Amino acid sequence: MNNMTSPKSVLNTSQLSVYYGSFLALKNVDMAIQANEVTALIGPSGCGKSTLLRCFNRMNDLIPDAVVEGKVLFNGKDLYGSEINPTEIRSRIGMVFQKPNPFPKSIFDNVAFGLKVNGYTGKMDEAVEWALRQAALWDEVSDRLKKSALTLSGGQQQRLCIARAIAVQPEVILMDEPASALDPIATLAIEELIRELKQLYTIVIVTHNMQQAARVADKTAFLMVDDARGGYLVEYDATSKIFTNPSDSRTEAYITGRFS
Amino acid sequence: MSLQSNKIFNSHLRSRAIRGMVFYGICLVCVCIGIAALGTLLVQVVSDGWSWLTWHFLSDYPSRHPEEAGMMSAIFGTLWVMAMTGIFAVPVGIGSAMFLEEYAPKNKLMQIVEINLANLAGVPSIVYGLLGLAVFVYWMNIGRTALAGSLTLALLVLPVIILASREAVRAVPNAHREAAYALGADKWQVIRMVVFPGAFPGILTGSILALSRAIGEAAPVIAISALVYITFIPTSPMDRFTVMPIQIYNWVSRPQEEFQNLAAAGIIVLLVVLLSMNALAIFLRNKYQTKSDE
Repeated sequence: MNNMTSPKSVLNTSQLSVYYGSFLALKNVDMAIQANEVTALIGPSGCGKSTLLRCFNRMNDLIPDAVVEGKVLFNGKDLYGSEINPTEIRSRIGMVFQKPNPFPKSIFDNVAFGLKVNGYTGKMDEAVEWALRQAALWDEVSDRLKKSALTLSGGQQQRLCIARAIAVQPEVILMDEPASALDPIATLAIEELIRELKQLYTIVIVTHNMQQAARVADKTAFLMVDDARGGYLVEYDATSKIFTNPSDSRTEAYITGRFS
Repeated sequence: MSLQSNKIFNSHLRSRAIRGMVFYGICLVCVCIGIAALGTLLVQVVSDGWSWLTWHFLSDYPSRHPEEAGMMSAIFGTLWVMAMTGIFAVPVGIGSAMFLEEYAPKNKLMQIVEINLANLAGVPSIVYGLLGLAVFVYWMNIGRTALAGSLTLALLVLPVIILASREAVRAVPNAHREAAYALGADKWQVIRMVVFPGAFPGILTGSILALSRAIGEAAPVIAISALVYITFIPTSPMDRFTVMPIQIYNWVSRPQEEFQNLAAAGIIVLLVVLLSMNALAIFLRNKYQTKSDE
């Protein structure tokens, strides 16, 4: 209603908990993710940041004994409601994985994959070119679109995966440590790209690299884990606040490195 | 001599090296045993059969007179039976493998199915022959035909194809499945566009190797077709038939030396077909592998 005054939140979680069998991975997370912003999820290993990310496009559905409790609203609609088709959700909320995972197909076919599965009716060539341009990869691959995607370098492969996600024209792009398998130069290219993409998309990024969160994210959420209650959200605020003046002493301990 | 001044470590460098050499020697002997056996077989067979391997041997029907006998009916019988076995066994095998890997719930029942599948792959082939005789020949009343033989051999190689296909399906990286799901593909699209193409080279290789096992089987086919004297090429699946191993077996079991030589010539033909099929399997595997890796 009051979109003009407060930024629109695309994803809202309330009391979100995730179990893998009897193992509690994430407990009672409440957070709102704003449109056209980059939101970073940081925290130690096992704190549930990837689990949280995978709640947003229902990838946890693919894990047989995963149970999601609480609510996730996507543009105000219950993402786990009975009328929601997870397949459709995944075409509107794209995902980029930790290790570049292009299909063993040509560069063109990789980008066209999502278009094909979603029944794209427009011109395939144009859509592929558009996505590759968006991912800042077009100039490097325009003369070898028919070559296997596996001939690209790791950084190029990851940008191809971003192009592949963009081609479907999602609203949100989820990135699970997208640069952790890349060298520093490729990492900077990805970060540059993330900053540009937020004009058009809402981006949620999991990262182990706090400098990376500081460089690319508008908002940062810090999660922690303890054995008794699984992963939980400690603090969620503007990135500048989290990194300069966190409200919680645990956040401060983590970002200053006095914490394992 | 030791690099270390103190004696905390007693590294036994010499005896470790000797043990390594001994193991290397044992492995070398093992591989030589295999090669020697195969070499002896080849030399024996080629020296006995080479001179009998003529065009007329390939293009004539069996005969009581060794110099007139050929194995054309057996060659064409084998072609018929192999083609039909492939048509029955490969789709069913792929479908089963896909179900077990991609759809089946991980529960006790599926574990039992899996264990039994592995066991089935090890059941002696004559057991399949008797099963085929009871089920296809008599119960379904197909008779002692090429169709019954093919169905029996299809049962025989089915577990092997399923196991090989499952291996191939499992080797498709999960990251590719996840990537496809994350783009909004549903399960059927993931299987059709990602899993199947990824597993295809392995499935193909496994299927060809399974068929090349079937091609050498005599026991189950004897149970189906009996040791008959066939002097025609099957023209339909409902014709009587014979296959190469049966023809060879038939010749071997005769006392005259000429027939022994004919059997050797038959073995050469069978080996050539077998090796060609294996070579084709390797060629296809390499072709698809380089295609997907380059």
